[in-house]
Amino acid sequence: MREIQRIAIIGGNRIPFARSNTVYSNVSNQEMMTATLQGLADRFNLHNECMGEVAGGAVIKHSRDYNLVRESTLSTSLAPETPAFDLQQACGTGLEACILIGNKIALGQIENGIACGVDSTSDAPIAINEKLRRILLDINSAKSSRKRLSLLSKLRPSMFVKPVLPSNSESRTGLSMGEHAELMAREWQISREEQDQLALCSHQNLARAYEHGLFSDLMTAFNGCSRDNNLRDDLSMEKLRKLKPCFDKKVAPNQGTLTPGNSTTLTDGASAVLLANDNWAKEKNLPVLAYLTFSEVAAVDFYEKKEGLLMAPVYAVPRMLHRAGLKLQDFDYYEIHEAFAAQVLCTLKAWEDKDFCKNRLGLSRELGKINRLKLNVNGSSLATGHPFAATGARIVTTLAKVLAQKGSGRGLISICAAGGQGIVAIIER
Amino acid sequence: MKDSYLNFTNVGIGARLTSILGLPRPEILERYETEKPTITGAVLLGGGGKSELLEVLATLFESMRTQTLFHSQIPEWLKIANDSGLITGRWEAEGTHVQKVKALVFDATGLKESSESEALHRFFHDSAKSILPCGRVIVFGRTPEHCNQPRKAAMQAGLEGLIRSLAKEYKRGVAAQLVYVAEGAENQMESTLRFLLSPRSAYVSGQVIRIAKPKKVSRAPRDWSAPLSGKKILVTGSARGIGTAIAEVMARDGAKVICLDIPQAQSELEKLAAKLDGSALAVDLTGDDAPETLVSEARASGGWDVIVHNAGITRDKKMANMRADLWNSVIDVNLSAQERINDALLGGGAINKSGRIICVSSISGIAGNVGQANYAFSKAGVIGMVKSLAPSLARQGITINAVAPGFIETQMTASMPLGVREAGRRLNSMQQGGQPEDVAEAVAWFASSGSGGVTGNIIRVCGQSLLGA
Ligand SMILES: NC(=O)c1ccc[n+]([C@@H]2O[C@H](COP(=O)([O-])OP(=O)(O)OC[C@H]3O[C@@H](n4cnc5c(N)ncnc54)[C@H](O)[C@@H]3O)[C@@H](O)[C@H]2O)c1
Repeated sequence: MREIQRIAIIGGNRIPFARSNTVYSNVSNQEMMTATLQGLADRFNLHNECMGEVAGGAVIKHSRDYNLVRESTLSTSLAPETPAFDLQQACGTGLEACILIGNKIALGQIENGIACGVDSTSDAPIAINEKLRRILLDINSAKSSRKRLSLLSKLRPSMFVKPVLPSNSESRTGLSMGEHAELMAREWQISREEQDQLALCSHQNLARAYEHGLFSDLMTAFNGCSRDNNLRDDLSMEKLRKLKPCFDKKVAPNQGTLTPGNSTTLTDGASAVLLANDNWAKEKNLPVLAYLTFSEVAAVDFYEKKEGLLMAPVYAVPRMLHRAGLKLQDFDYYEIHEAFAAQVLCTLKAWEDKDFCKNRLGLSRELGKINRLKLNVNGSSLATGHPFAATGARIVTTLAKVLAQKGSGRGLISICAAGGQGIVAIIER
Repeated sequence: MKDSYLNFTNVGIGARLTSILGLPRPEILERYETEKPTITGAVLLGGGGKSELLEVLATLFESMRTQTLFHSQIPEWLKIANDSGLITGRWEAEGTHVQKVKALVFDATGLKESSESEALHRFFHDSAKSILPCGRVIVFGRTPEHCNQPRKAAMQAGLEGLIRSLAKEYKRGVAAQLVYVAEGAENQMESTLRFLLSPRSAYVSGQVIRIAKPKKVSRAPRDWSAPLSGKKILVTGSARGIGTAIAEVMARDGAKVICLDIPQAQSELEKLAAKLDGSALAVDLTGDDAPETLVSEARASGGWDVIVHNAGITRDKKMANMRADLWNSVIDVNLSAQERINDALLGGGAINKSGRIICVSSISGIAGNVGQANYAFSKAGVIGMVKSLAPSLARQGITINAVAPGFIETQMTASMPLGVREAGRRLNSMQQGGQPEDVAEAVAWFASSGSGGVTGNIIRVCGQSLLGA
């Protein structure tokens, strides 16, 4: 086997993220993915280039989109011989795709590749009523017309008016992710004020990043949109304080702290990142922004052992730090995906908690505090919005560019995902 | 005056009837509104050969905060735009929605001979159905007279036929123009680009604009939302009609307006001056002492920045019936008085540095008109005056240009017989008459300190009238 190759991040592309049912409401996952990949090909002149592989996915997906990434690739100016595959790991999809492509590059199986992700909650598949579905399947396989007729007579109007919409609830607990996050906020005693403050910071940081032109070469305009439309320049604590809690009814009646302001909104969007080994980058004369050096995935038992649903990154990070021989404080930037402000704050609090670090994480002492000024310096999902599978590549690309601008440094990425999972990575330059 | 047909065809039953009967359906044109961006909607860019203006265009679009998309024929736009801090994107990727755009901008400066004109076909063919109502088409080329290769000159001259045809085809209030940018005048494009993309140019279509390299430094206005701020502007014949609109638009854009008209119009004049926080000057321009009066008025207020020669009269008669006094009075007001006043103001140092002289001609002066031999003579003479003065004034940093209005809804046109009036209204690509403010907006563009490269231009504000085209 060849020597392990470094995984270079060359750059990325995304379309602006848009609140669900706004500017991309009539656009499919494949269209968003195609535009994003095409933008990447345009940016790095990859026309007719046969890439090593393209990997990505969507969390909310039509069954007809089983080959989403390959189909999207075929619609771009990339060489049609470029292989592609779909994967899915809830909100971890995008980062997991980076790791998979990265690993293939590291092992010398491919020279370069693209990791991507897309999601649309505007164009979500609607499943038909389960009883209706069974009957239709039976009709399809029925041998005689008499049998078919008798099956048809079982159809009831109510079956048609009660379609099953996809929801982001956990199938085991029946609670929505927001309700789980509300439970975590209660357990860790995260105040409403702290959550709102984090949300405000996210919007302010993102607005500043736009002002400084950070995204001009990380984004391509799409469907009339050239800026994340969830971003509110005029947001204030007063405005955030006015919002009503939205996940409290079942889990914390009248004591809720999570609001639409400090929780991510349903979002449409897509993102992609170009990875390669040093050789290929050199050959193509493409500067390397940074390197993907470590990654780790963890899961928690939120059902039997009642761990917080979104606490898995808290477990993944110390394991990765141990392998890398680093302390939590050895980073210049922290990119903690803001699924909910409460998730970020619980994560930080848990790392500062001696008991938790000893008993749950099995460490000899707490991981400690981080410098909050290094956290999500260009805003995160509360401001950009969170098209589930597209968040990973957004974070990887933005962090890589920030490290390149700084010249050298190290960044930590942490993303929580449904099913009690967490995926984390280190990027260095 | 109200165009009731325009209103009728755009609402309810009228709209349905006009479409069933196949009657012309004029678009309600978008007009300038304060606080609105220069252009509402994306600009699609194209180009051929080695396009020479893309870098400049990128910085301009960045400063205008305009969203751009590029046709796949110019993939180089992505990097150029990104380097200027613009977020841009490919217009149409396979299998994605075709996005409607508000403007098509094509940089043709890189096309060296007609065999390369295919790039034009590709761009305009692909995008023809994607332009929104009241959209804009702008083609940038190199001044044919300055091309030393005959083939390049021919290629560049061909653009004129192209845009004139597109202006006729696109309908729905879409306006198309050609802008020839001389080598070295690339940094003079902003005022023109802003004017042409914005609703300010609603009734200007099928025009060719030449931007030259100014002989003296020419600075863009500091604030594009008040581009004439601090300017002192004389508007003649401003007691009514187009003159009033010019005075109003100038004041809106920040200028101090000196409103001039005949002594009989004093009271209207004073009302207008008060409303615009300007001053009134009641002077008959044909009077012997008029030139001197204007010079001393100008010098008393520290010189004027812009002179707008708008005052004009008609005395229509077929030649067989035209008396000498009808001939003479029209020539005197419309042409000779302007010449005397220009000479006096220029000679008397009454026009400031980066001064602007703007004349109001007419499409009658270009096309001629039955019963208007006197008027057409005077208005054609104005065009000659503008063209001949431009080079010498350029050396002093002063520009001189003319607008040539077509059918404009004023008291003058309201008094026309119905048949003539309806024909005048519909016989143009916009299928309607223009508003006085449309002329005023063009005047304001010439007046801008950013228009230092625009001189010797005759721009028709006529909705691409069929007359004289
Ligand atoms: N209305 C159109 O459709 C149209 C078309 C083409 C050109 N134009 C030109 O536009 C200009 C303005 O036209 P309008 O329709 O507003 O005309 P208008 O008759 O409504 O206004 C002209 C103004 O000029 C003033 N004026 C005339 N002689 C003057 C003098 N000797 N000294 C001072 N002021 C004098 C008049 O008092 C009047 O207020 C004219 O030059 C006209 O030829 C108009």
